[in-house]
Amino acid sequence: MRTAIFPAAFDQLEAIREFVGQAARDAGMDDTDMDAVELAVDEACSNIIEHAYQDLQGGDIECTCDLGQNILTIALHDHGRPFDPSSLSPPDLSSDLAHRKIGGLGVFLIHTLMDEVHFEPLGKSGNVLTMTKRGKRSK
Amino acid sequence: MEITNQRFKHCDLLSVVGKVDSYTAPDLNKAIEAVTKEGRYKIVLDMSKLEYMSSAGFRALLVGQRICRRYNRGEIVLAAVPKKIMEALDLTGFTTLFKIFADVTLAVGNI
Repeated sequence: MRTAIFPAAFDQLEAIREFVGQAARDAGMDDTDMDAVELAVDEACSNIIEHAYQDLQGGDIECTCDLGQNILTIALHDHGRPFDPSSLSPPDLSSDLAHRKIGGLGVFLIHTLMDEVHFEPLGKSGNVLTMTKRGKRSK
Repeated sequence: MEITNQRFKHCDLLSVVGKVDSYTAPDLNKAIEAVTKEGRYKIVLDMSKLEYMSSAGFRALLVGQRICRRYNRGEIVLAAVPKKIMEALDLTGFTTLFKIFADVTLAVGNI
């Protein structure tokens, strides 16, 4: 188990990706699965910064990685506003350029790239998003 | 993340180097805007040195494409898209919104 706390700001995304990317490598995952983990966590943290903290200054994101053999569970805990990702409209993946809606891509990517996703609002204690990736093949 | 522009007579070649995420995507927006504000709407995006792109980058591309394709005056085309980015573009239905070329020469020649 490893934990790091990051300021909830977009300029931290690179550091967050490196932290979870390393965890994925240490769990024995290949590059494809590591890339998937990095992207999913980036999308999740971007949503936290944008929605849970809504550009408030001074918040942070606690990231915990639980490593197994070719399996990785990441928990992201914020102390922002209760945020319900299921309230976001489903993504639009097929309409034409003029009608294509932008929203919901992040949540869609998280669910597609990770094997399990669980969101829990904690009221005054913020929100916890937990996601698990099972590697496709062991190194 | 760095973006350079090489201007041809008939199009602009924007080369993106590095990573596009929520932090750097505004710079991609600005680079595309800088071209369209000059009344130029044919843009080749060279992605050969792009290491990473999240949905923030996809959004910037979509906004730019809407501006460029208005009145059929132009478009953004993608060149040399790295495999992992192509997979994400495909997953999110973006590959139907852009012409995609294997390399920059083909893209500049065909835009």
